[in-house]
Amino acid sequence: MTTTAPSHDADALVPAGRGSAQIADLARTVTGAATLDDASLRRYLHGLPGVDKVGADGRAAQLGTRSIKTTAKAWGLDLAIRMIDLTTLEGADTPGKVRALAAKARQPVPGDPTCPPVAAVCVYNDMVGVAKEAVAGTGIKVAAVSTAFPSGRASSAVRLLDTADAVAAGADEIDMVIDRGAFLSGRYAKVYEDIVATREACHAGGRDAHLKVILETGELVTYDNVRRASWLAMLAGADFIKTSTGKVAPAATLPVTVVMLEAVRDFRRDTGVQVGVKPAGGIKTAKDALKYLVAVNEVAGEDWLDPDWFRFGASSLLNDVLLQREKMRTGWYSGPDYVTVD
Amino acid sequence: MPSFEYAPAPESRAVVDIASSYGLFIDGEFTEPVDGSTFKTVNPATEEVLAEVSEAGQADIDRAVAAARRAHTEVWGPMPGRERAKYLFRIARLLAERSREFAVLETLDNGKPIRESRDVDVPTAAAHFFYYAGWADKLDHAGYGPNPRPHGVAAQVIPWNFPLLMLAWKIAPALAAGNTVVLKPAETTPLSALLFADLLLQADLPPGVVNIVTGARETGSMLVTHRGVDKIAFTGSTAVGKRIARELAGTRKHATLELGGKAANIVFDDAPVDQAIEGIVNGIYFNQGQVCCAGSRLLVQESVAEEVVERLKSRLGTLRLGDPMDKNTDVGAINSPQQLERITRLADAGTAEGATRWTAACEIPATGYWFAPTVFTDVSAAHQIAREEIFGPVLSVMTFRTPQEAVAKANNTPYGLSAGVWTEKGSRILWMADQLRAGVVWANTFNRFDPTSPFGGYKESGHGREGGRHGLAPYLIEGAH
Amino acid sequence: MAAAKASAVKRTAPQGDGAAEDDVVVEATTARASSSSAQSPAPARIDVRKTYKLFIGGAFPRSESGRTYEVTTATGSFAANAAQGSRKDAREAVVAARAAQPGWAGATAYNRGQVLYRVAELLEGRREQFVAEVSAGEGLSTDAAHAVVSDAVDRWVWYAGWTDKVAQVAGSANPVAGPYFNISAPEPTGVVALLAPQQSSLLGLVSVLAPALVTGNAVVLVSSERRPLPAITLAEVLATSDVPKGVVNVLTGRTAEIAPHLAGHMDVNAIDLTGAVGADGVTWGELEAIAADNVKRVLRPELDEAEEDWTRSPGLRRVLAFTETKTVWHPKGV
Repeated sequence: MTTTAPSHDADALVPAGRGSAQIADLARTVTGAATLDDASLRRYLHGLPGVDKVGADGRAAQLGTRSIKTTAKAWGLDLAIRMIDLTTLEGADTPGKVRALAAKARQPVPGDPTCPPVAAVCVYNDMVGVAKEAVAGTGIKVAAVSTAFPSGRASSAVRLLDTADAVAAGADEIDMVIDRGAFLSGRYAKVYEDIVATREACHAGGRDAHLKVILETGELVTYDNVRRASWLAMLAGADFIKTSTGKVAPAATLPVTVVMLEAVRDFRRDTGVQVGVKPAGGIKTAKDALKYLVAVNEVAGEDWLDPDWFRFGASSLLNDVLLQREKMRTGWYSGPDYVTVD
Repeated sequence: MPSFEYAPAPESRAVVDIASSYGLFIDGEFTEPVDGSTFKTVNPATEEVLAEVSEAGQADIDRAVAAARRAHTEVWGPMPGRERAKYLFRIARLLAERSREFAVLETLDNGKPIRESRDVDVPTAAAHFFYYAGWADKLDHAGYGPNPRPHGVAAQVIPWNFPLLMLAWKIAPALAAGNTVVLKPAETTPLSALLFADLLLQADLPPGVVNIVTGARETGSMLVTHRGVDKIAFTGSTAVGKRIARELAGTRKHATLELGGKAANIVFDDAPVDQAIEGIVNGIYFNQGQVCCAGSRLLVQESVAEEVVERLKSRLGTLRLGDPMDKNTDVGAINSPQQLERITRLADAGTAEGATRWTAACEIPATGYWFAPTVFTDVSAAHQIAREEIFGPVLSVMTFRTPQEAVAKANNTPYGLSAGVWTEKGSRILWMADQLRAGVVWANTFNRFDPTSPFGGYKESGHGREGGRHGLAPYLIEGAH
Repeated sequence: MAAAKASAVKRTAPQGDGAAEDDVVVEATTARASSSSAQSPAPARIDVRKTYKLFIGGAFPRSESGRTYEVTTATGSFAANAAQGSRKDAREAVVAARAAQPGWAGATAYNRGQVLYRVAELLEGRREQFVAEVSAGEGLSTDAAHAVVSDAVDRWVWYAGWTDKVAQVAGSANPVAGPYFNISAPEPTGVVALLAPQQSSLLGLVSVLAPALVTGNAVVLVSSERRPLPAITLAEVLATSDVPKGVVNVLTGRTAEIAPHLAGHMDVNAIDLTGAVGADGVTWGELEAIAADNVKRVLRPELDEAEEDWTRSPGLRRVLAFTETKTVWHPKGV
């Protein structure tokens, strides 16, 4: 507790354009370090309050017992749809598959205009062009996974090229992975610099792709690591922090998301900068999605209850939400034959 | 953007049938009290009368004790432990089967949130029976000598804050050890004990092994001073506990006393702060703070006091006070107007003595007994709210500078039931745990209960332990070696 | 020790209070003489008698009240003037005990065991004095008194060995249904008042005192009213032992006068009422009622009319009577 940022005048810290210089200034102010190297970052990150795993799990479980019914449920389900990054990240992806996904993203329920579109489609970066075309004019974003996703095990140059490629192809959002090896071996400056550089690539050529930083919490293992990685990513300028690639188990869990929601809440308190959260992978049911929304509401607060600040990285979740939505509309349970297979 | 308004999610009341009136459960059947006295039990959230309940008088207590004696001599005493065990396992299973019914009834009669009765009170009560069931045929191995004997008839008086759970804490070890029981539930919360009597009928427990007599303080006094009882177990206020101890002085009857508390919850600057906040909330607002081991004194290291209090207040803003039957309610009703009056009086004393009062913003329902979560800062050790057990959702915040000071302040009370410590430093936890004069020390957690884990106080918080192997001791006479 | 022994002889001989006692004393002398043959039967010099005082906070003060009372042998002859402790002496003793208790409890169990064992060594070394006092005070033959002293020493050794074992026998690791480390262990209750048995002035005394010390309590002991001398001699042993000052405080005097003030003292955590049986002017029931004022732990006398048989092998009852079980929870997680 003592080593979290001293209480600043939050307004003064909100950088006008959040350029690299301002971000570095902010990071130096928050950490109190003149130079952001492994040692100073370590001092700062390891001074963050610890997370007791059992307590965090218990808090998440308790949030999970909220009973969301009737009007609240209807509202929550539609919000969940609007927060989905509808995702396909398969080696077998084709333009056809991506176009089908985009169609579903635009109009999740054929013939039902009351059903909102999803927030974004999330694809590998060679599919960005196809996806952009398929969602053109809808407001749906295209997110590209990048930086040698999912392992990230490539040279910095290759990782940046990967990002530049996706940005050039028109990606609105870049979902990068951090170097977990570097993080776990204490090379925090490397992780920090990767993120800063990727963010610069997002902004190259006057573009403004939002940067989501995937922590791959399943490989970080401890909640202390999740909290530290969250802060490291936020200090480096992440627009969103994201749990997982979906390629490593466990992917998103409610307690991990709660820890990340605490991080963005405290980061805004200390800096005035709001950062979004995206749990990804493993969220398959409407019931799960509602638990996450409850967590967003009660941990970070309602400012985050918006697709600009909270996303679900998911594929099968959408159909379950649609089934529930249908149940609420008709009063009868629906079935898989009544939602589309993409 | 509209905020996330949770729609009402009420638990169905239909799962439980509440009779308009209840007799006394004596010798395996419901009977009318000899003098016909009754009293009413109300739903503290609505002030609705739930049922009329019998008030046991001396003649009824005589009958109940006689039935328990006969059952002990003729049936339960001679019965092999393995058979007693099976009855207790049955009871555990029946409680689990009927858990919804018990949870709803508990919430209606007590005012506690259904989330708590459903997730804590009822499952923990069932687990308690399951745990002690297994002891019934293993008493030789419990560490109380070979062939330890039961006392005989146990008189048990329980409070209103956890009516069913306290019943389980009392009855399960008593029966496992081979005693028979006359139990008096609290005046304001008799219904779950009476439903439990119905469950005993389903279990075919032999008549007289458990007798439930309802009534107020006089009934309890008649029971604990009855010449025919061999063992007294009481959970309640320290004042009444002292009276019982005085009444039993010079007799050969043993008492187990589970009394009041004024627990310190100690937060160091290196605490896992988010979990500490949850622990503070759970410590004092769980069951509306009507918990003997509630963490009613928050001792926070001065360097982080402001931040902790700020985080706490912000967290309290998310607590939902209201209809206890709503599954999303976090803070339910205060159990009785008397209790509400006491909380109000002590909180007002806090204000009058100069502490700074903060109350969570929440809408108080028009009917029923309610008290919004309250935090007092600028509390000094001399304030009444820092010393007296309030037994309500009122937290007194004080600060400390060193671990030694924290220990000195924590121990500076005639009570010694529980304490909490929050720090990430292992050696400090163990040092603190050694220093704190309290029967239960929760480190980096609070208000955890388990049938296997002994619970009970130091000093004026009482003596004897409930739970675990230690919980058998009060119900056994050590066997000779 | 030899001087003390001799004093028992000298004290009784000129007074000639009764043949029976003279016999006992002579027998004792003989028994000792046979084991150390250098003793002369005639006094070569006037012996230096001992002044029996209280034992509070490691010091041996007279009663603040200035009072003494006459202690006689079993046959009624003068034995000594013992200090007649007052309620204020009791108050001082409680203060001393409270101050000493945390240090004693904070010592390692191994250390407490060594310290207590050392007491047994010293008891053995004072055997002759204890034999003389027990023999004179309880009217026992020298052989019988030797047997009592042996039992007392052995009992002290038995309890000394318990210090580092009680927690293992009386504690538990609790397998709670959740990710928590959960352990229960006995801790000392704090300050314990002990009413030592009235009859058994050494074995009974040791049998109530030693168990209270095992886990780290500090005690205020009220000795047998009429047979206080072994208690004071034991205090002298303790004063020269490694038991920290204040851990044991010994009051002599009228049980009925002192005991209620200990029973009612709000800074006394527990009381052993054994010595209320056979004490004039007070019953254990009255004391227990007073003790309820701060929910004291009360160890009742085993029997109403008589003392228990102190030669019986004791269980852990007296150790555990003055312990509190503390349960500690901690989450288990990475």
